[in-house]
Amino acid sequence: MSWWTPQLTAIFWGMFQALVILLGVVLLGAVLTVVERRFLGLWQDRYGPNRVGPFGTLQLVADMLKIFFKEDWIPPFASRGLFLLAPVLAFASLLLSFLIIPITPGWGVADMHIGLLFFFALAGINVYSVLLGGWSSGNKYALLGALRASAQTLSYEVFMGLSLMGVVAMAGSFNMREIVAAQENLWFIIPQFFGFVTFLVAGVAVTHRAPFDQPEAEQELADGYHIEYSGMKFGMFFIGEYVGMVLVSALIVTLFFGGWHGPLLPPFVWFALKTSGFLLLFMLLRAALPRPRYDRVMSFGWKVCLPLTLINLLATGAVMLWVGA
Amino acid sequence: MELAFYLSGLVAVLATVGVITGTSPVHSVVYLIVSLIAVALVFFALGAPFAGVLEIIIYAGAIMVLFVFVVMMLNLRADAERTPPLWRQPIYWLGPSLLALALLAALVALITAGDIEMAIDGELITARAIGLTLFGPWLMVVELSAILLLAALVTASHVGRRSDPGHSSTPRNAPNRGDTP
Amino acid sequence: MDRNKHPIINTAYQLVPATGSLLRTLGTVFMHSFRKRETVSYPEESVYLPPRYRGRIILTRDPDGEERCVACNLCAVACPVDCISLQKAEQDDGRWYPEFFRINFSRCIFCGMCEEACPTSAIQLTPDFEMGEYDRQQLVYEKEDLLIDGPGKDHDYHFYKVAGMAIGGKDKGQAKDEEAPEDVRTLLP
Repeated sequence: MSWWTPQLTAIFWGMFQALVILLGVVLLGAVLTVVERRFLGLWQDRYGPNRVGPFGTLQLVADMLKIFFKEDWIPPFASRGLFLLAPVLAFASLLLSFLIIPITPGWGVADMHIGLLFFFALAGINVYSVLLGGWSSGNKYALLGALRASAQTLSYEVFMGLSLMGVVAMAGSFNMREIVAAQENLWFIIPQFFGFVTFLVAGVAVTHRAPFDQPEAEQELADGYHIEYSGMKFGMFFIGEYVGMVLVSALIVTLFFGGWHGPLLPPFVWFALKTSGFLLLFMLLRAALPRPRYDRVMSFGWKVCLPLTLINLLATGAVMLWVGA
Repeated sequence: MELAFYLSGLVAVLATVGVITGTSPVHSVVYLIVSLIAVALVFFALGAPFAGVLEIIIYAGAIMVLFVFVVMMLNLRADAERTPPLWRQPIYWLGPSLLALALLAALVALITAGDIEMAIDGELITARAIGLTLFGPWLMVVELSAILLLAALVTASHVGRRSDPGHSSTPRNAPNRGDTP
Repeated sequence: MDRNKHPIINTAYQLVPATGSLLRTLGTVFMHSFRKRETVSYPEESVYLPPRYRGRIILTRDPDGEERCVACNLCAVACPVDCISLQKAEQDDGRWYPEFFRINFSRCIFCGMCEEACPTSAIQLTPDFEMGEYDRQQLVYEKEDLLIDGPGKDHDYHFYKVAGMAIGGKDKGQAKDEEAPEDVRTLLP
């Protein structure tokens, strides 16, 4: 066994980890589609899907069977290549972002020193899935949804980045593991509270979740950018939304809530507990809050959140210089 | 690393050719995005991931979105199919091509004059190193470009302001002018 | 200070109560986790239907066990969707009865007009709505399907005992609370 080097073991172990995390995230995204409906039911005093299997646990299987066997229709007026590309982009760009998330001290796909920036890059590319999907559908509602989505995501990504710069400054690194390590004694939620609030708002906006779901507003745009999609292509947009939700929750946990740090329980349990807490918050937001008017969303981003993040960044810098000096 | 460099370089060149030859404006813009991402990957291969990621965030993620936005708004699809592509006539591409060839010659001359072995090297440049360089020896340039951007911001704000100050804050006939957005 | 002139102050002034209101909304909705659910899981849990619920239509019998329906056709006239059809026939003793009585429940709107129109309390609506069928023809109910053995909601009413009509075994004037018929041939009052 001379060819079996420790390096090869490391490569296979890394591939195994990546595969497990990939499957885990996709499965979680799929399960969340049902879990969210159950929780929305709970908060609206009804049951939600509870018929397929015991307590509705097999609802997911039923949904998948349905979506796989639906007619996969490409509109004749669509721009075919881009129409096919868009859902792939929506799904892949968000999944790739999980590369940077450290789950436990031993688990995590990539340990890049530009970690956080990698997420911003992929979030930037994720806009194109909505934009191209909306344009290539050749549908007015889809185009309007895409325009809304691009303007909204662009505006909110500006202060999404800025809101995290305080964290980066305090940790002294873009690397996610170093950021987690810097929170051993004090979670960044306390010194970076406004950074957390603005990142939460931006995270909801970037994943197009309610109450920032203007791009797919059912009442005005009849589902917006994915109106012409059916079958599994729609499924990729749909699961992608939940994958984005998981991603933003995991990022919030990593950046502001100490990642896997916590007493008594093993690291993975802490990480999973915190992440599921934020997933619950995402669902609660959807259950509780109405959708604001579109111009209000934009002006909230530019007039409230952007100044808040700038002030937060300025104050962080000043305090760090003060303490450092 | 060398393979990644040449591969992404090839993709960048092919995508750029696609930008020029494409008939649909949106397809051209998509090729341009691919080209920018390929260039970012070239940065990655050269050991400058910070520059590469910034390229994706700023160019591919922000500026090109505005390009796509504008092209989508203009709805050029019908026009694009009607008019024959201009680049078929030599008068449109001869001049730029000659100039580009001159640049290529200069580049080749520069590379051959220098050390070729040094050209593709994956020496990692960290964000810290970039920050220290920018705010150390190049502080003046950074500040000047900041002032330039500020000037652009002020100008944009001035141009974008409505002439009638009475209708400044809300879009239409709102009595609750200036309330919480 | 006029707050409208200072958008920044104004925004900050309104942002705090707005945030509080948002958080209160979240809290209220979250507290609904501990509420009782309003949904009735129908096939397992039965639905409560009030006694006067207007569901499946029946034909009742009088306390003696005879058909109440006298085939007067008032229900068929009252029916706004014309889903009732019947044919009058006469028994040997002079009682009227429907030769056939047919309700097409695929047309019926369960409005209860027939019940209101019926002079003999024969046709009644019941609290039962579970009458789904795969074959639409099955929804046409004949008299055998409609007729029940009891008096339904009106326990004591017996049309022929209170009506002045002469039938076998009961002549005119012999009904309950009925005076003997006036003899029009005499001159006395």
